[in-house]
Parts: sequence; C-alpha cells; structure tokens
Amino acid sequence: MAGVQVSNVSRSFGAHKALDDVSIDFADGGFYALLGPSGSGKTTLLRQIAGFDFPDSGRIAIGGESVERVPVEKRRIGMVFQNYALFPNMSVADNVAFGLSVRGEAKATIATEVQRALDLVQLGKLGERRPHQLSGGQRQRVALARAIVTKPRVLLLDEPLGALDKALRVDMQIELKRIQREIGITTIFVTHDQEEALTMSDRIGILRDGRLVQEGPPEEIYDRPKSEFAATFLGDANIFRGDATGNGIKLPDGTTIAAGIGDRLAAGVKASCAVRPERIRIATDAGTSNGNANTLKGQVSKRIFAGNNSTYFVERAGQTLKVIVQNTGNDRLAEGQDVMLSWSPESTVLIAAS
Amino acid sequence: MAVQGAVASRSGLRSALPLLAPAYLWLTVAIFLPLSAMVFFSFMTDLPLSGKPWEFTLGNYAAFFSQSLYLTLLLASLRLGLEVTLWCVVIGYPAAYVLAKVLKGRSREAIFLLVILPFWSNGLVRIFSWAMVLREGGILDTALNAVLPFKINIDLMYSYPAVIIGLVHSYVPYMVLTCYLTLQAIDDSLIEAGRSLGASRLQVLKRVIIPLSMPGLVAGAALIFVPVVGSFMEPRILGGRTGTFYGTVIEDQFVAVFNWPLGAALSFILLAVVLVILAVASPVLKRAA
Repeated sequence: MAGVQVSNVSRSFGAHKALDDVSIDFADGGFYALLGPSGSGKTTLLRQIAGFDFPDSGRIAIGGESVERVPVEKRRIGMVFQNYALFPNMSVADNVAFGLSVRGEAKATIATEVQRALDLVQLGKLGERRPHQLSGGQRQRVALARAIVTKPRVLLLDEPLGALDKALRVDMQIELKRIQREIGITTIFVTHDQEEALTMSDRIGILRDGRLVQEGPPEEIYDRPKSEFAATFLGDANIFRGDATGNGIKLPDGTTIAAGIGDRLAAGVKASCAVRPERIRIATDAGTSNGNANTLKGQVSKRIFAGNNSTYFVERAGQTLKVIVQNTGNDRLAEGQDVMLSWSPESTVLIAAS
Repeated sequence: MAVQGAVASRSGLRSALPLLAPAYLWLTVAIFLPLSAMVFFSFMTDLPLSGKPWEFTLGNYAAFFSQSLYLTLLLASLRLGLEVTLWCVVIGYPAAYVLAKVLKGRSREAIFLLVILPFWSNGLVRIFSWAMVLREGGILDTALNAVLPFKINIDLMYSYPAVIIGLVHSYVPYMVLTCYLTLQAIDDSLIEAGRSLGASRLQVLKRVIIPLSMPGLVAGAALIFVPVVGSFMEPRILGGRTGTFYGTVIEDQFVAVFNWPLGAALSFILLAVVLVILAVASPVLKRAA
C-alpha cells in the first residue's frame, strides 16, 4: 500500500491541454473520487497515475518513488475498467489468476489467492464460468478481484459502475467501499456521478478543463465550495451574483445577502453567493423571516413532488430559485402563490467571481 | 411450440426462396455440373470427345497409388502449402496488428491500400515481375551489388525459394485481411488490463491477443493453404525445373498430355486429402481459438 503524489502534472494532446499543472496528494489508504464533466481531464489523470500515458511535465510518485516514466506493467497498480475488460478467452478463475501467473507464481499459491479474491467479492463458486455467462454486476466483481489479487499499491477505478443500472450501482457502491476498507488499499476512482463521489469517497477532487478546481472531503466541498462551478457541479445551488460588501453581496436591485462562509472580499468586487436549495425556508406569510437575516420575496412557479420532499421553483426578479422542502405533512404550497424565502448567513457561501 | 417453429421456418424458407434461387442456380450451372462431369471423366479410360472408344475404370485412381511419384509430389505440395501459410502468418500477422492497433485514420487507409494492391494486379503480371526481380542480373541482384562492397550473386530464379516468394506475395493479403478483422474486434482495454496486471507486451500478445485472434489466423490459413497446395502457375514460372508439384502435374494432364481423366482423378484425390486435413485440424484449431 502506498500513497500517490501528483505534482504539477501537465499533459497536452496537440493544442488541447488535457491536464494543466495538476497537483494532488492521495494519502495512503484513502478513497478518492476524481469528479468532473466529460473532457475535464479526470480519466487522463487516472491514466497518468496508471502509466498508460506519461506526463509532459511534472512528477508522479507512488509510495514516495518517482514513477512518471515507469511503464504500467512495472508500477504494481490494480485497475478496473469501465467496460470491465475481462479476457473473454479465459474462465473467471483464469482471469483473476492472470496477474499472478504472468509473475510466475507457483500454481498452488495462485489457486489459493484466486479463491480468496473470489470469496472476497462473493463469487467463490463461479470460478469455472466464462465472463459472458455473468451478469454486469458479477463481471464488475471479477474485474475487482482480478485487480486486487496481485496486492497492488494503488487501486484505480475508471467509472467502474457506469454500466450498471441504478439499484445494482448502489449495491456495488456499498460493496466496493466494504472491500476497500477490508484491504485498506489507496483507491482512486474516476466518476462523473456526483452522488457516487459524495457517498463513497473520503476526499473528492473536482476537475474542470484539465485543472483541479477544488479538493477536500465531500462535506467540505459541499458546504464550502470555492467556486460557482464546484458549488453547482457537486450538488445543487442557487447562485446570486452582485458586488461584494465585505461579508456578503449586494444584488443589482439593492437587496443585500449576508454570507457567513467563505473568505471576506474587498467591497465592490464582483462576487457571488451560493445557497443550497435545502437550506432555504419557504413561507406563505410575507414578513416571516424565521429569524433569518436573508429574505427574498418570490412567487412559486412550479412544484415537483418527489415523495419524501418537494422541489419548489420560485421566480424572483427574473431568476428562478430552487427550494427543497422535506415532506413533514404540512400544507403544500400551490403554484402561483406569493412566498417569502429566508435563510441564514451560515448557509450562504461567498465566492469570488472567477 | 416445436410444430409452430417448424411452420414458421418453412414459411420463412418459402419467402427466402426467391433470394436463394439465383445463387443456387448459379452454383448448379457453374460448379456442380462441370464438377460432376469431371467426376465422371475421372472414371473413364479416355475422353469421349473424339469418338474414341472408352470404358469405365478405376485405373486413374489406381495410378496415384501405383506410382510413388504422385505421392511424393503431393507431399511436396502439402509442404509447400504449409511453408507458404507459415510465411504468410509471419509476415501478415504483424502487419495486420499494426493496421488494427497502431495506425489510425489516413495512414491506416494508405497502408491498407498497399496491402490490397497485389490483390488487384493480374496474377501473371505479378509472377513475371518477380521473375524480373529474382533472376541473375535482375533487379535484386543489380541493386544489392550496387550497395554492397563485395560481389554477390543472387540467382533465386527457378528455385524453391522463388516459388515461396511468389506464392507468399500472392496470398499474404488473405492473412492480413482475416487477422485484421479479428484484431480490430479486440478491445484496447483488454490489452491495457493485461499490462496493468503486470504482463509485458509479449505476455499480453501470447496470452490475450493471439488467442483472441485465432479465428482470423485459422480462416486465413485455410484460405491460403488449400489453393497453394493445388497451385501451378507460380511453381511453373518461378520454379522452372525445380517447380514440379502436384498442381503442375494436374495442369500437365489437362494442357500438355491431354489425359483429362487422370488429371481429374488426381484433382479429386487432392480435394479428398485437403478435406481430411481440414477435418482433422478443425477441432484442434477450434479448441485453440
């Protein structure tokens, strides 16, 4: 097991900068998600760490040892591919045995290790099957067993759950997390699914256009996004844009919004405030602020009922705000109703305009 | 259920009949009729064309077994087929790999064209060009002597290697095409998965790529081996006196000696031998693939 340090890594393909001076430290034993839209460079970064491609500049270290020019087969990594990439010409057991057998391990050792790995992913009895006889979830488990049986220093996962249906994906998320905890391996996980990143990882790195936008624990990124992109890409956020007033902003119509989170900004510079939809209180009586410092009047334009909660779309000064209200059995608001929105400064993040 | 299925397939067959008819009509007229005539001839003492008397005989087939020459030539032809097939694998497989896995876009198209080009040129032209290249004082000889500081004498013309070169040139595109198709179908992530598990490129080739492209190798080998065993043009023109093979003997019976019955009998013996070889080899190859 080992941590991975990526320092100032850049990689261009022709004129396209796929990675632009990315530095990120993956601590030993952690579970990291690299999150970003397609084309953000997250897969390129994973491939640099794996060794399928080498950076133009910068350093990559696994367990303190520089590997940026070491080919993939010498890096002792385990990788799970989006399409599983199981060898169709081999049985499940032979697939899992592959890494040990190319290393020249003794047959008896291979057999026990393969069985242990298959047991770990709960496929102990399917060793003789061929990959095409397995379901998607089972193939995923075989791919995982194959990647970890060689005891790699790092486990790399390239959108491993992308091809599974929703229910199976949730099962596999829990399963993957359990296995990762059990063997304590440093895991780096590429995904474009923010929910997956939030539920599974210890830390998240958000990438955009080849740059690392923000990195930290999921709670920190969700509660304290440092950019509009981070705020809107990880979860939903209402964004207000205006001029900074020190610890808040003034909207073009003169309304001020106080922010309790984020660095203070010099008065007058362009800035925005981000508020999560579930932090906003919605009330029918004008003037009800629930003791919150930030209040806005608006009109409900649409309500989407989702069982445990409802999402209200509230029109206000040409902007549509999103408010999520838990289903507590209270009266539901009708479309077209005038409402008062309120939230506290502690739920408001001040973000410098980028 | 079963009855329903049978009815469905029968009505399916009826609607497919107009589509199948032209092909089968053509096969009947163009292949089955002449071939049956040849089977008929092979059991005759002489052709009935010139009004000469003839009768049925097994003598033409007996000739094969009574004269060791035919068996010797058949074995030589089988060896030729094996060698040419092997060289086509050695030359064609790497080319197919590069085409399928390394080159992209325009350069792939260009190289592909170069591979197919011999296909489009006339077989005779192809062979006589080789004759010009390989003979003493020919293009290869002159070129090598112009480059090398010492005098060497390349005289490959009318030799076994010349026959091999000519045949490999004619048949290597089959190997490239069949292998290209199977190699292209192999997902690149399988290669990456192999390497991520610590396998060298050579190990990935041996354990993943070659097994997965086996169907293409087998198809290519069958497409090459069968016609090469019966080939006569390349051996005759490039092999000269050393170029006597089973195929040239059959050709002689038809064009020179005018002993069609013997030629036909020898052809059918070859057909039988090739079919037996393919039948014996197919389960082995299927298991490998």
